Amino acid sequence: MLVLLGIAVVVLGFIARINPLLVILLAAIVTGVAAAVAPGVDIRALGLAAVTTLSAFGDAFNDNRYFHIVWLVLPIIGLLERAGLQERARLLIARVRAATAGRLLITYLLVRQATSALGLTSLGGHPQMVRPLVAPMAEGAAEVQAGGSLPDALRFRIRAMSAATDNVGLFFGEDIFIAIGSIVLMVGFLEQAGIIVEPLQMSVWAIPTAIAAFAVHSARLLLFDRSVKREIATAAADAGAAT
Amino acid sequence: MITLEHAYVLTGLMFAAFAVLTLGDRTHPTRIRSALFWGLVAASLLFGSWLGGLGNGVLVLALVAVAGLKKLSVGQPATTTQGERRESALRRGNALFIPALIVPAVAVGGTLAAKYTGAGAWLLSSTQTTLIALALGCLIALFAAMAWLRPPVMAPVQEGRRLMDSIGWAAVLPQMLASLGAVFLASDVGGVVGQLVSQAVPLTSPLLAVVVYCVGMALFTVIMGNAFAAFPVMTAAIGLPFVVGQFGGNPAIVCAIGMLAGFCGTLMTPMAANWNVVSANLLELPDRDSPLNGVIRAQIPTALIMLVVNMALMYALAFRF
Repeated sequence: MLVLLGIAVVVLGFIARINPLLVILLAAIVTGVAAAVAPGVDIRALGLAAVTTLSAFGDAFNDNRYFHIVWLVLPIIGLLERAGLQERARLLIARVRAATAGRLLITYLLVRQATSALGLTSLGGHPQMVRPLVAPMAEGAAEVQAGGSLPDALRFRIRAMSAATDNVGLFFGEDIFIAIGSIVLMVGFLEQAGIIVEPLQMSVWAIPTAIAAFAVHSARLLLFDRSVKREIATAAADAGAAT
Repeated sequence: MITLEHAYVLTGLMFAAFAVLTLGDRTHPTRIRSALFWGLVAASLLFGSWLGGLGNGVLVLALVAVAGLKKLSVGQPATTTQGERRESALRRGNALFIPALIVPAVAVGGTLAAKYTGAGAWLLSSTQTTLIALALGCLIALFAAMAWLRPPVMAPVQEGRRLMDSIGWAAVLPQMLASLGAVFLASDVGGVVGQLVSQAVPLTSPLLAVVVYCVGMALFTVIMGNAFAAFPVMTAAIGLPFVVGQFGGNPAIVCAIGMLAGFCGTLMTPMAANWNVVSANLLELPDRDSPLNGVIRAQIPTALIMLVVNMALMYALAFRF
């Protein structure tokens, strides 16, 4: 029971809005020490448990360094932004007459889901796709509708929706691919429990959810278009009243 | 053969360059601490394998001390003006997209080549192939863009440092959560949670078991920031013994949809840093530090609807096929 203190630390730290890095390290050490608590165990043994836990945490930290490789994309993206990549993305979308932020994002959602389902998850992502291309294009489409610049609040809502669409497309697409991490994890887990399942048997059952996710998020994006239109009209009316 | 270790060295050198340039940037508001932070990340990538468990643990302590107690600021290295960018975008045209597309093209092409061709398998290691190919793609794209655009030599590092600063401490959060998951696993936190849940809720009908399993997946994912951490816990506690064992659900369907219910949790939590916090930081949203930032708020309606859809699908499919 005491080991649950670690989860309590995570929840409390989150509510108190303490920096998550600090909270996570504390939670790990609290968990390790709590696991060592037993009748007759003295303070020195608990201190030793804290050190052992720190050491186990360090080992796991080292095993998970691969998260950082994706940051290698930042220099090239930064370099292209310096040369006007975002501006180019806006110019490109401005030529498409029928483009709206919502319609553009529906297209991106479809492409993101379809490519993720084929295992091509690295085609999208926030540093390499959303910041330099998708978000500027969605903003650009709305700017054309507005016939000028957007109110800040609306601009940030469009950016947030662009990031959200990338996430939804990835999460509800990738599990259709048989060699993705989560499928490997599930097949391995079931095998340990004595149930043999083929990866393909798992991945086909991700398809109904994928279709539903596309329908739900697309519908929301169409509603989003309406709300963008309304906000542009309100902003224009305000500007008209001011002059 | 190019292995993951080579990609670590390349990434480590990049972070070391960020650290050195930050240290030399007199205008950086948190010059020393930011340089220390990226320097520690570089040390982990370059020398982590030689530090041992405790050494890496002390490195983590230092990282947390540098970034967890007080906020890190964002540096503003010299860059082009808005006007220069617009002019460059007009002059260079759509060719600007090509280097950006080289990265995913090499990542995908390299992965496929390593799997299906002899030369590819000889060039790229078979563990974490996509990440290695991604690193290669970044390098090729960078050389191509440098040759074409001819910017100042240090421009890519300076621009990279600006973007990295905007991501900040969130860059190490996924790695920290994965390590916390390892400690939880070693202390059998999952087993205890599972016992508690199955004692607290009487799982008397298939529908109730499905609902508790899916909601449990989503909630535990919200706390851990990752459905992979929630899956073994909730499936061992409720999925397998109740939904599959007691009520005869198909294990493949239960697990597949259960994982997707967990993903609904991922969409709603700031703990899922690489999707929900890094994105808000990169897009410079004004509320990026709040627990429910704009990206998460944009995702919550989709996530809640999809959680219900997943429960309905599991209930409708798992007991029929």
